[in-house]
Amino acid sequence: MLPKKIKEKINKELLKFPKEQKRSAVMAALRLVQNEKGWLSEKSISEVAAYLSIPEIAVLEVATFYNMYDLKESGKFKIAICTNISCMLRDTDSLLAHVKKQLKIDFNQVTEDGKFCLKESECMGACGGAPLMVVNNQYMHENLTPEKFDQIIEELD
Amino acid sequence: MSNITTNKSMDGKKKPFPLCLQTAGLSNPASIDTYLSIGGYSAIKKILKEKISPETLINEIKISGLRGRGGAGFPTGLKWSFMSNGTKGDKYIVCNSDEGEPGTFKDRDIIRYNPHQIIEGMMIGAYIMGANVGYNYIHGEIWQEYLSFEDAIDEAKAAGFLGKKIQGSAFNFDLHAFHGYGAYICGEETALIESIEGKKGQPRFKPPFPATYGIYGKPTNVNNTETFASIPWIINNGGQAFLDLGVPNSGGTKIFSVSGHVNNPGNFEIQLGMPFEELLSLAGGVWKGNSLKAVIPGGPSTPLVKAEDMMGATMDYDGLSKIGSSLGAGSVIIMDDTTCMVQALKRLSYFFYEESCGQCTPCREGTGWIYRVIKRIVNGEGKIEDLALLKDVSQKVSGRTICALGDAAAVPVLSFIKHFEDEFRYYIRHGRSMIKGEND
Repeated sequence: MLPKKIKEKINKELLKFPKEQKRSAVMAALRLVQNEKGWLSEKSISEVAAYLSIPEIAVLEVATFYNMYDLKESGKFKIAICTNISCMLRDTDSLLAHVKKQLKIDFNQVTEDGKFCLKESECMGACGGAPLMVVNNQYMHENLTPEKFDQIIEELD
Repeated sequence: MSNITTNKSMDGKKKPFPLCLQTAGLSNPASIDTYLSIGGYSAIKKILKEKISPETLINEIKISGLRGRGGAGFPTGLKWSFMSNGTKGDKYIVCNSDEGEPGTFKDRDIIRYNPHQIIEGMMIGAYIMGANVGYNYIHGEIWQEYLSFEDAIDEAKAAGFLGKKIQGSAFNFDLHAFHGYGAYICGEETALIESIEGKKGQPRFKPPFPATYGIYGKPTNVNNTETFASIPWIINNGGQAFLDLGVPNSGGTKIFSVSGHVNNPGNFEIQLGMPFEELLSLAGGVWKGNSLKAVIPGGPSTPLVKAEDMMGATMDYDGLSKIGSSLGAGSVIIMDDTTCMVQALKRLSYFFYEESCGQCTPCREGTGWIYRVIKRIVNGEGKIEDLALLKDVSQKVSGRTICALGDAAAVPVLSFIKHFEDEFRYYIRHGRSMIKGEND
């Protein structure tokens, strides 16, 4: 069963669409569940499907299609760093070398203490602030340097 | 934070001209009070009060020369005339803020600095096309902007600009924010529609076009954020005034997102027709005193241009098409002389491979094939025949897919090799970059 507060938030999303089009809220529902649980388990997928009265496969194919959903545990803080062209030109590679060394992980790995996970991201649509990263799909940090990265990481708890 | 130009002046020369970003220099720019203080919502109020006919409004937009700012450049007035106002039943209007083309970040700034101008533009569009419900589909990674757009909707509702019987008229319009979750393809309008329906973002075969069969099979109009945000100014000042801001065939202003090797990356809203050289200097010029090597003028789906051609170009639809490229979404990616074109192409090819939705075989297989061949060149395992192979595969992807992603994937491959074949040959022959000296 989905927690009551998640259901309430999904209900708010459902108001955006015609009554018979509950499927339209699937992306928001998955986002809400992921924010709560940290990732999307098979059980979460089934719960969202049941709540919206749509087939599980319809939920799963959305969860696997869009990059920001995580179908594996992704640590307490998911750090997504853009490596696309504008960031690459502003030397995201050096930043990444530093990040991987600091966290002692590569892309798609979680630190031993379960605190951080590192993801490679495609363009985030904020290239004027390259290089950049987004934490937990919500908090964007721009104009990153190794020092700034260290400071941000230290403040995450 | 991105950089926004606020210097407004007109003397025939093309200048910075904040139109969609006109509140950006003010304090608390995103609030409805700020927008009202500069005459915001006066266009829709006038339309409702005077019951101006949709035909008159469409005509004004046609005169303005406004073209879709998301990249395709299709005339907005004409597109809006495809949605018949008279037919009964539900209709939808959608703002496409799913900017994910590398180097594009203008819609984000319109949302965070001037969201009410988007709302007013959508209201005018909804009035013209007879839509009662709208969505703004916002790119996944810009969560704070999604929240701030929801706040703007609430403000507009509280002020009586959204909902039923708006401003005492018979016009009803509800607007909602929809949050994407990381799929470049959803910038394609039919993929975006699928996504709003709660499905994978795989483009639909056209026809039928969204104007006849869109969200839930209902007539739907999809336009870019900057396009909608341009509309209130056009209604307030007239189509001719907008046209005159730009140059023939490229009416108005455009936000150019300048990124890469410049001192001062950011958004610059300028009158169309400004020489590239002036835009480059607005962005602080090439960084570190380096010289310009090449530019992608409209995002990676527009062909790369060499520095010498770019320096003579003007920033408008015809100016860029004359030098063999295109305005696209106005995503100007600047590359200095330290850039290895082979490695840059590898990154772009990975992007198209990663973002192909997998629906059409030529794109699904072709983008992976292209990426793997470039990767092997970068790894020092390239063969001289690979250049012909890359061209061949690219040409076979292009034009053979449902949407334009396949065409877009071919564009950098063909234009990078065309302009910098020497660099590719060097890389293949020596197994390392001609520019960086080492395989780094």
